[in-house]
Amino acid sequence: MRASRMRATRLRAVIAAGAVTALTIGLAGCADSDRDNGGGEGSASGGTFIFAGAGDPKNFDPIFNDDGESFRPIRQLYDTLVTHKPGTAELVGGLAESWENDPSGKVWTFKLRQGVKFHDGTALDATAVCANFDRWYNMKGEAAQSQMIYYQDVFGGFAGSPDAVYDNCKAQDASTAVVTMKKYKGAFPGAFALTAFSIVSPEAIKKYDGDTVTQNGDSFSYSAFANEHPTGTGAFTYGGWNKATGEITLNKNPDFWGDKAKVDKMIIKIIKDENTRKQELRAGTVQAIDYPAPADRKALAGEGYKVLDRPAFNILYLGINQKNPKLKDLRVRQAIAYALNRAQLVQTKGPGGAAVADQFLPSTVLGYAPDVQKYEYNVDKAKQLLSEAGATGLTLNFYYPTEVTRPYMPNPQEIFTVLANDLQAAGIKVNGVPRPWNGGFKDDVQQFGKQDLHILGWTGDYNDPGNFVGTFFGRAKPEFGDDAMTEMFTAIGKADATVDQAGKKTAFEQVNRDLASKWLPAVPIWHAPPAVVTTKNVEGLVPSPLTAETFNTVSLTK
Amino acid sequence: MVRVILRRLIQLVVTLIALTTLVFFWLRSLPGGPVDALLGERATPQTRELLTRALGYDQPIWVQYGRFLKNVVTGNFGNSIRTGEPVTDVISRAFPATVELSVAAIIIAVGLGVPLGYLAARHRGRLLDNTTIIVTLVGISIPIFFLGYLLKDWLTQGLHIFPPSGRISTGMDNTDVTGFFVLDGLLTRELDASADALWHLVLPALTLATIPLAIIIRITRASVLDVLDEDYIRTADAKGLRNPTIRKRHVLRNALLPVVTIIGLQTGALLAGAVLTEKVYNWGGLGTLITDSIGGSRDYPVLQALILLAAAVFVVVNLVVDLSYAIIDPRVRVR
Repeated sequence: MRASRMRATRLRAVIAAGAVTALTIGLAGCADSDRDNGGGEGSASGGTFIFAGAGDPKNFDPIFNDDGESFRPIRQLYDTLVTHKPGTAELVGGLAESWENDPSGKVWTFKLRQGVKFHDGTALDATAVCANFDRWYNMKGEAAQSQMIYYQDVFGGFAGSPDAVYDNCKAQDASTAVVTMKKYKGAFPGAFALTAFSIVSPEAIKKYDGDTVTQNGDSFSYSAFANEHPTGTGAFTYGGWNKATGEITLNKNPDFWGDKAKVDKMIIKIIKDENTRKQELRAGTVQAIDYPAPADRKALAGEGYKVLDRPAFNILYLGINQKNPKLKDLRVRQAIAYALNRAQLVQTKGPGGAAVADQFLPSTVLGYAPDVQKYEYNVDKAKQLLSEAGATGLTLNFYYPTEVTRPYMPNPQEIFTVLANDLQAAGIKVNGVPRPWNGGFKDDVQQFGKQDLHILGWTGDYNDPGNFVGTFFGRAKPEFGDDAMTEMFTAIGKADATVDQAGKKTAFEQVNRDLASKWLPAVPIWHAPPAVVTTKNVEGLVPSPLTAETFNTVSLTK
Repeated sequence: MVRVILRRLIQLVVTLIALTTLVFFWLRSLPGGPVDALLGERATPQTRELLTRALGYDQPIWVQYGRFLKNVVTGNFGNSIRTGEPVTDVISRAFPATVELSVAAIIIAVGLGVPLGYLAARHRGRLLDNTTIIVTLVGISIPIFFLGYLLKDWLTQGLHIFPPSGRISTGMDNTDVTGFFVLDGLLTRELDASADALWHLVLPALTLATIPLAIIIRITRASVLDVLDEDYIRTADAKGLRNPTIRKRHVLRNALLPVVTIIGLQTGALLAGAVLTEKVYNWGGLGTLITDSIGGSRDYPVLQALILLAAAVFVVVNLVVDLSYAIIDPRVRVR
């Protein structure tokens, strides 16, 4: 009895000592607060704009990124030589006031803005611009090169590669940079506006070892420049990324060359769950969210939130694989096009503002042809064509992705169901093959071409027809039956190589007509405008068709 | 006692080595991989090849395994494929978030569960007992993510009492010392940050606590009922001991043994619940890290380290539970 009492007393003593220690530590304030309690610029009247991002950025060095979540902060921190007029895909001057190319299309001359400074105080001049081009071209190491997805795609390769497009860049004078390519590339000048090709401070790259990407085990690590000291010319400067709270802070750049930011601070709060983003918006803890679910758009608009549609700059299509001999017959492919009730699909499953697509690029892109052959919904016509082609009782494997949503494809399973029903109604038997996006679908469809039909799409990177039809149909791909359409590859290649813009427009218009009437490698389904939703007090946010918004125009009303 | 601890530690090392091997080959047998996840729609065959080579995935699997083992032995888990940060940084940032949440949940579960279970047993067959049984049944059977969404919908969207997600209000600018936000606020005298973090903790902790709370109530109730039927309680009563003395010294103390076991097991299992709770509340702890790493990006290095950490935590918690028997039950010590 006595022993147990003693034990109880000891236990109580230990608990009491612990409590006293904890209290003492707490009251002593044994750590210093890092808070900035001074007035300073942060306390000015512009306020803080909080945008809910959907995922972590990879890092803040533009050239090593290729995804929207990384590009969102990067666009606020940096500028490109050429940019887009707000709210459109039209090219206008960025860091370059103007630009021109020689008749061969290989030499690009950029007249730079005067007096622009990087966030580290160094000047943006032709030497700095050329240092960027040279940096990309001369990047060393497979680790770094493998992360330059856009560079590889647009510029063909690096120093020493026979496919490399870039030759050299000369600073003619402080404000004139002349970039010479080895060969003409149709992607320019549109591709100069790609966020990946934003101009960074060469001094900061040197100081923070920007070119170093090292492999460690299964992955890469990036430089202090990419992670902690991103230095551009943008409307905001980098204020830090608190990874424990998922907040990226951007501060107003008082020396910005363009329209200075109206808010003092912008926070990108990373909230990965779509439903939680919506709830935070409703709770008033964030002021803008991206990509609301189609079902929520109406409700949010009804509650007084601003649902801002971006002009559609994407395409969803039904791909047809001509590796299947039956599908080599144009009449069968046309039958499939006639069998699809796309207008109803848009109405029932499309995001608000979606429109039926009759070709593979949006109307704002050069080369859009208003007079392409259209395939209005007509089951009888579909059946007749199948009968003429001797393809009645056709059975097709229809691949669709699971565990994914895309701006152009918010609900793949539902889209598949509707399209499959339409095809069955025309007498085509459909075997649905659901495959996980990562770990089946992309490999099976794009590498191995296992499917007969599939749904897939694309969001444009820059305003050029080659970025749409060239990407899909410009070369042999297992997705559509490899070398089935050599005539098509040649026509697209020629159109893309036309230097004269008027000639290029005419050539791509004809490509689009032929794609619809002669080749039909796929059926365009819809262009869907992804939306951004803000609270009532957010003014001045201009939605971009390329989802390339800069937030310097945003202000907060009371 | 020392021998017991040593034996357990050796078991832990063996378990971790076996798990390491299993995890390595299991992850690589999954369809898809980081190359696909990283490249997305814009992959050209050249970039795919370049990335595969740069990551070393073109080498035979045993070469990759050898490299992995060498790194693990030297304490290098590599960098996150998704973010490029050292895995140890990524995990040490998420760990306090999950521990803070789990500790809060276990405090709620034990703080409410033991007294409620005891009261239910004391009032066996009466209204309090019946209500407790029904409530615990609901608590055990309701899916945690459903409860999370339900609580969130009522209390953050309808009534606006609690914040919908996160560990602290955006823009709070709190100083991070230990990663435990409630504690950090106290340490740095940023009491508003501490209060704010506590306010954010309420709903997730309640959600996570539901299942352990229900289980602890039921086990406590059953255990107390068993003890109340024991002869020594009747003896204590017969020799005229006061009721509070009997309850404290004889009933609770003896009834607590199975409860402690279940508390230990539930603490280990909290990580599983945390995956769902953290997802619902955008909590940013280990649970979120697991879903992020397995979902889109197949972040092998982070996943490998996380699975090893979870196993280590489970083994250590169970060791602590075993040792705690010795404190509560002198018979164990004698044995």
